[in-house]
Amino acid sequence: MGAAQSPALGAVMLAPAVLYILLLVAGPFLLAIFYAFSDARIGNTELHFVGLENFRSILQSRSFRIAVRNSFVFTIGSQIVVIIVSSILAIVLEKPFRGRGVIRFLVLLPWVAPIALGAIGWKWILDSIYSVISWVLVALHLYKPFSAPMWLGEPHLAIASVLLVHSWRLIPFSTVILLAGRTAIPKDIPEAAAVDGAGFWRTEFLILLPMMMPIISVAVLFGTIFTFTDMTVVYILTAGGPFDSTQVLPSLAFTVGIQGSDLAAGAAISLSLVPLLVIVAYLMLRVAHRAEVT
Amino acid sequence: MQTSLSAHALRKLAHVLVITLITVALAFPFYWMVVTSFKQNVDLYTMQNNPFIFNAKPTLDHLTFLFTQTRFVRWLGNTTFVGVVVVSITLVFALPAAYSLARLSGRWGERVGIGIFLTYLVPPTLLFIPLSRVIAYLGLQDSLWALILVYPSFTVPFSIWLLMGFFKAIPRELEDAAMVDGLTRFGAFVKMVIPISTSGILTVVIFTFTLVTQEFVYALTFLSSEANQMIGTGIPIFLVRGDVYYWGGLMAACLIASLPIALLYNLFLDRFIAGFTVGAVK
Repeated sequence: MGAAQSPALGAVMLAPAVLYILLLVAGPFLLAIFYAFSDARIGNTELHFVGLENFRSILQSRSFRIAVRNSFVFTIGSQIVVIIVSSILAIVLEKPFRGRGVIRFLVLLPWVAPIALGAIGWKWILDSIYSVISWVLVALHLYKPFSAPMWLGEPHLAIASVLLVHSWRLIPFSTVILLAGRTAIPKDIPEAAAVDGAGFWRTEFLILLPMMMPIISVAVLFGTIFTFTDMTVVYILTAGGPFDSTQVLPSLAFTVGIQGSDLAAGAAISLSLVPLLVIVAYLMLRVAHRAEVT
Repeated sequence: MQTSLSAHALRKLAHVLVITLITVALAFPFYWMVVTSFKQNVDLYTMQNNPFIFNAKPTLDHLTFLFTQTRFVRWLGNTTFVGVVVVSITLVFALPAAYSLARLSGRWGERVGIGIFLTYLVPPTLLFIPLSRVIAYLGLQDSLWALILVYPSFTVPFSIWLLMGFFKAIPRELEDAAMVDGLTRFGAFVKMVIPISTSGILTVVIFTFTLVTQEFVYALTFLSSEANQMIGTGIPIFLVRGDVYYWGGLMAACLIASLPIALLYNLFLDRFIAGFTVGAVK
């Protein structure tokens, strides 16, 4: 007995959770596919099958192409910033020092506070008139009063702002994952490297970095999902503007599908997230599998 | 000796500098919320004033405004209510499922476990459009019950994943002994495994609750009236009247709603991370 399994009881205990998930994840997912091939609209009770029409029309729309571009710009750009900054932060936070607990709490704030609220904080910091950043630039005589840039009002600056807010939010998450990775490396490895005469940079880049690769990829894969599928940052900071220049796939799906009542087009837009999600899921399974084998 | 000492000091200085710089950059928005929350409007909206200091006396006006003139307290209540109910539902579904996957199922259990983990990668932004119709069909528009129905779809998978780890760490001998003493397998789960997994359960409770407070897309899609908002939607949408931003009140609201969540999450963070690293860290 004991280790022996009780398949019947196991199935009974598992079934409710699996059913719930199937009903509320798999169900809506299939419904999204169904909508994407139909002409569903809010308030319209009749549905017709329209084939690939929705996909054809979103591919022709300018805002969709901008949204695809932005989704990739924000995701790739913020992941680069996040990995660089969080790698540095993980190195400096690894060894205990006085006040590390407080520093850790402060550093984690962007990740643990609700993102909608953090984003409002940034909206105020980047305000068109009362931005504290503009005030500093004026005080440093880099800009004349009232001539500082509108951070969220000019397309390129708005894109940079969204990218940085995404990075700001994910740096703590990635740092904690990398810290977990560093503490898992046996202490004698960097010590042996020091004995052999390897300095700080050699130890970090030639010895620790290769060992950290699996855990770095976990951080990047989760970060990719979180950024690519997020609409909160864009919705609150810019609402997709100015002139749709910061629209991403999820926020465009919301604008078209919910606010514009075009369920079919909205579903087609959100389904275009799927290819990347599948790739990330595949890579994640590979990382997990490799960790099990070694 | 002299040079190595100064090299050491230089290193230390670089260490402190890097930490300070990054910490300031990451925590600045929250510092800014504090400063803004207590400034008088004349001070906030006079461009000549140095924004980093109090040019006029600090004030509690924004807090008074927030607690008396807005639905902020109601939103805190809504969020707590949804949080508590979703936590209960999550435990009811996730505890037995996680135990089943950790103990009662062999190879296929591992497959199902991975499948459940993968559903965590299906984002709300992919499902909110069809779900909005399901919610409308059920007559749950603009009701907190819509969120209570939908939120477990993302809290249950991750909770199962976390709890599986906890259950696997319990020595099998404990359950075997309990069953020799006459308990059934399910009895051993209820009377033995659950009580000694308190810390794992507490982790799931906190994690689920913070996920509920952080969710935005579903709340934005399903809820419409001011009285029914969660903190994440009520503050950004309903504290803005027309085009007028009450920055003092807004920042105070963000601060008050964020800090307790941040403190709680911070306490349990290392355990959530163990769930995220999917075995890539031993």
